Amino acid sequence: MSSGFVGTGALVRLGLRRDRIMLPAWIAGVVVLAVGSAAAAADLYPTVESRVSAATAANNTTALLALYGRVYDPTSLGGISMVKTGGIGAVLIALLSIIVVVRHTRAEEESGRLELVGATVVGRYAALTAALIIAVATNVVLALLTAVSIAGAGLPTAGSYAFGAAWGGVGIAFAAIAAVTAQLSSTARGATSLGSIVLGVVYVLRAVGDTAGPDGPSWMSWLSPIGWGQQFRPYAGDRWWVLLITFAFAVVVIGGAYALVERRDVGAGLIADRLGPATAPAGLRSPFALAWRLQRGSLFGWLAAFAGLGLVLGNIAGNVGGFVDSPSAREMVAKLGGQQGLTDAFISAEMGIMGFVAAIYGIQAALRLRGEEAGQRAEPLLVASVSRTRWVMSHLVVALGGSALLLVAAGLTAGLSHGAQSGDMGRFGPVFVTAVLQLPAVWVLTGIVVLAFGAAPRLVVAGWVALVVFLMLGQLGPLLELDQWAMDLSPFTHIPRFPVGDVDPVPLVWLVLIAVALVAAGLVAFRRRDITT
Amino acid sequence: MTEAISVSGLVKAYGPTRALDGLDLTVRTGEVHGFLGPNGAGKSTTIRVLLGLLRADAGTTRLLGGDPWKDAVTLHRRLAYVPGDVTLWPTLSGGEVIDLLGRLRGGLNPTRRADLLERFELDPRKKGRAYSKGNRQKVALIAALASDVELLILDEPTSGLDPLMEAVFQECVQEERVQGRTVLLSSHILAEVEALCDRVSIIRNGKTVETGTLTELRHLTRTSISAELASAPNGLAALPGVHDLKVEGLRVHFDVDTDQLDAVLRQLTQAGVRSLASHPPTLEQLFLRHYESESTDAVMSR
Repeated sequence: MSSGFVGTGALVRLGLRRDRIMLPAWIAGVVVLAVGSAAAAADLYPTVESRVSAATAANNTTALLALYGRVYDPTSLGGISMVKTGGIGAVLIALLSIIVVVRHTRAEEESGRLELVGATVVGRYAALTAALIIAVATNVVLALLTAVSIAGAGLPTAGSYAFGAAWGGVGIAFAAIAAVTAQLSSTARGATSLGSIVLGVVYVLRAVGDTAGPDGPSWMSWLSPIGWGQQFRPYAGDRWWVLLITFAFAVVVIGGAYALVERRDVGAGLIADRLGPATAPAGLRSPFALAWRLQRGSLFGWLAAFAGLGLVLGNIAGNVGGFVDSPSAREMVAKLGGQQGLTDAFISAEMGIMGFVAAIYGIQAALRLRGEEAGQRAEPLLVASVSRTRWVMSHLVVALGGSALLLVAAGLTAGLSHGAQSGDMGRFGPVFVTAVLQLPAVWVLTGIVVLAFGAAPRLVVAGWVALVVFLMLGQLGPLLELDQWAMDLSPFTHIPRFPVGDVDPVPLVWLVLIAVALVAAGLVAFRRRDITT
Repeated sequence: MTEAISVSGLVKAYGPTRALDGLDLTVRTGEVHGFLGPNGAGKSTTIRVLLGLLRADAGTTRLLGGDPWKDAVTLHRRLAYVPGDVTLWPTLSGGEVIDLLGRLRGGLNPTRRADLLERFELDPRKKGRAYSKGNRQKVALIAALASDVELLILDEPTSGLDPLMEAVFQECVQEERVQGRTVLLSSHILAEVEALCDRVSIIRNGKTVETGTLTELRHLTRTSISAELASAPNGLAALPGVHDLKVEGLRVHFDVDTDQLDAVLRQLTQAGVRSLASHPPTLEQLFLRHYESESTDAVMSR
């Protein structure tokens, strides 16, 4: 048994070497997010009264409870200022843990590199152990840095350490979950998707628990690793014992992952491969048909998620106004999104978030181009009489069209459920339009990926960097009172705040033109460069 | 047109390193041309330039009468390519890949496809990720060989194939030759090259060092001679072209440059020959001489 761990140390060093840019960048990004919120807190909520009124308003708004969680101590500065960041950050940290673990386990195995390493003196459990060590260490560093930084930014010290520990606990729980999904699926893509689905499910579980009334299923928050992070209650009691639940969960789940490693062959998943057809279907005769075949599964999954989210958002949008009764509460909601008309502000803000999420889809669908090129799967097409433009367009149609479909789906379900819930089907139009209006900004991000792919294929992460920058500008810009020119860098700033205000088509047209220009520039550059791996 | 591929003075640099440094290559229409050289010599880089995947920095390249960079799309209808390390889409079956690539190239011959599947003993229903290395090679080989094209560009196509499948591959290439197709075959398997190739080019460090038929190349190298003489050999060591001379009493062993054989044999008959054995150079020796690393070269020329 113990020989199964031989070589773990070497793999940890190899992993840290490979991640020497990615890990510090992620950690820095999340810490900056936390510090930004902490630093703005004292100005936003100078008095206890201002905190109590803002916290009461937030706690009485179902949608905010569902999205970010509850403020457990309305009087504390940390509670109200970190509630939103706490939720967003927990998701980012969970994703980071999933990516790190899958990257050093299933992705290595799928590429065959693990076999190369495994044939040397490396035990059966070494890769998984190394991945978990890297992930846990990353989360510990992240937790400590966060705690020190936000305490330094003026929040209470004890609560700040609890906040950091709560985040670290979420990360460790998801490292454990990813350790299992990496054994279940035979592809890295599948393992990451499975981990993300678990993340989505547990986020919803705690949303249901947090919004439940006194007689409702509030216990559901306790089924969710994200919920445990919030039940830690930083700045409101700092219940350190909740961390024990997270650790117990992690130990059990990681034990399960080791048991799965024991039971399977290198390279295989637990879900066996079935045989495919001996001949291609008649339709599989163009690069687009192939791109669709490769990407449709993922798109269907995203469509289901968007339709579901739309349904929920449309349903709770009508409740927003009812719960809010004080002027400061209205101000709070306005700060989190729009200017007036609470329901409209809510719809506008939430569709803005849907736009960001659709941009994630667009980016990763366009990144398929680089994945195919680097995986040497572009070559067979490019030497089989497919022009470079045609090949790029095949995946780009999926990325651009797919993100459009996502927003249409969310708009349809949100409009219908909001119409049904409010008893006024006339509300369908505005809700639907708000969703679809996000599209030009989504396309700009896809365009950035195409430009990077064409001009500097090794720097395609530029798409993700741009998304994070735009996200921070959008979420933190109003809190930090950034200059307008800085806010204007984000395409999402230029999306009209419909249905709060009118739709000005000019910025939309500009955004589409910019997207087209980015794609065209990327194509020109790609046609002039070498195919690289 | 008599030249399917003509390359001269081809240069491709990656930063300061020159992968190709003035490479020349001529492949005549209808021939099977062996493309040889040690690892890292620039074979795959040359092929990727010919396929329009890489852009040449200097030199002229003509492929089937066109420019491989500018006319890539039209030229690719007339050629098929098999890389040395085939990667497949994990979720597509082998049969689907064969059909897709064939259709993109303008259709493939269904009878030939079925025939090749049988001869290569490939199960086309398996998913890309389930194939072994050798079976992935077979998928690409069948897709290429079942297409109706003028030119086959094969870059170490049999890596990972077992000896039985290697034989099937050689049969298939012979059939292609009979059909009048041109083949550029990069390979490290000397028996394969000897059995299939009309002419070969040997490259090293991005330059062509030798081109010709195997017979022509043999002339450029040395013959080993062992002889038993009637009297002690005189002046053998002083003759040009004699190497590694060993004298044991009346027995001599040496290598001689093939173009100096006449003079050497005359010298031997003067001493009186009792027995004589001569060995033409093996292919192995031929290649090893060309494959020897630059450092050996440098030492020898000093």
